[in-house]
Amino acid sequence: MSKPTLQRRPLVKQLLDGADDNLLVIAGLGSPNWDVTESGDRPLNMPLWGAMGAPVCMGLGLAIAQPTKRVLVITGDADMLMSLGSLATVAAQQPDNLAIVVLDNEKFGETGNQASHTSPRNNGPTDSGAGADLALIAKGCGIADVGTVRDAAEVAQLVRDARGKKGPIFRLVKVMVEKLEFVMPPQDGAHLKDRFRHALLGHP
Amino acid sequence: MNAETSNTGLGADWRDHIFRVFQDHDIKQVYHVPDAGHARLIEHCQRSNAIRTLALTTEEEGVALAAGAWLGGQRSALLMQSSGVGNTINMMGLTKTLRFPFLTLITMRGDYGEFNSWQYPMGQGTPKVLEAMGLLLYPVERAEDVRATVDAAARTAFNGGQAVAVLLRQKLIGIKDFGKKTAK
Repeated sequence: MSKPTLQRRPLVKQLLDGADDNLLVIAGLGSPNWDVTESGDRPLNMPLWGAMGAPVCMGLGLAIAQPTKRVLVITGDADMLMSLGSLATVAAQQPDNLAIVVLDNEKFGETGNQASHTSPRNNGPTDSGAGADLALIAKGCGIADVGTVRDAAEVAQLVRDARGKKGPIFRLVKVMVEKLEFVMPPQDGAHLKDRFRHALLGHP
Repeated sequence: MNAETSNTGLGADWRDHIFRVFQDHDIKQVYHVPDAGHARLIEHCQRSNAIRTLALTTEEEGVALAAGAWLGGQRSALLMQSSGVGNTINMMGLTKTLRFPFLTLITMRGDYGEFNSWQYPMGQGTPKVLEAMGLLLYPVERAEDVRATVDAAARTAFNGGQAVAVLLRQKLIGIKDFGKKTAK
């Protein structure tokens, strides 16, 4: 498979372009948090600074509580690998307002770009993974609508699907390994939670 | 006919009391892994039109779900066994960092007359690790105390904004026994 060419930051910017009060975003820890925040810090983003493995289930609980809103989970391959079972938990519930987008750079980016299990096998002594295919895993867990995006020409459709297609949908996006600036949202979790609820419900 | 038992299938069993407390406190999402101790309560929740009942693949999913439900304005409860508590510990940190109301009901194993030695390490560790993560513990071991205890725990969680674990002690649940065993 050829090396990924998609850049995560402009892609996430497109995913969130024109976000209004109907779009609720959960961002996984590390790079997805900084990616989402660079697109514009907003109260209806819940960017995580920890709780690895939480985003998909947090998105599911939110999607059930708010069935008329669109819930978009944006996270990374390593976070997704830590919570594969949550894909089956989502499939059992079939939330039609939930989209999961996994930005897969095949690395544990925050700890020094070690190979994750989505890296190819036989890639040298320090950079080999398992060739794990998260889209195939999502499909195997019972999410019928899955897809993998590799080319710039597919991004417009990805954005339409993530923002509006009947859920649950799962999209794996193969992205480049890049060294990018940390763009940080507020860190206080209670503040993030309160401003989210205030924007959504009108009270903390 | 007693209003409490008509049409609802609810009786005087302590698990039925817990379901009534869930109704009283407007709990909308209930998370569980299959559990013999909670089975009757889980079935009440599954039959309820007012409660969405979710089966988990591992207990930590329940903590993340509870956070998401609260972000969306709904109350929830996580049902698990003491052996599952160990699976949740890092995720329990969310209750501190986000400071959201959290209610979990834990059926204890490895606690009182347990026959299975594999249940003791996590059963005995359960109160300690939950306390270490900042949860308030409400143990209960008499059936007549269940309703008031779970009600108080729900008030502490949803009115007081705390993370609370009700420990349903093995003395209350009854000791699981596979009957006559054949040692190989």
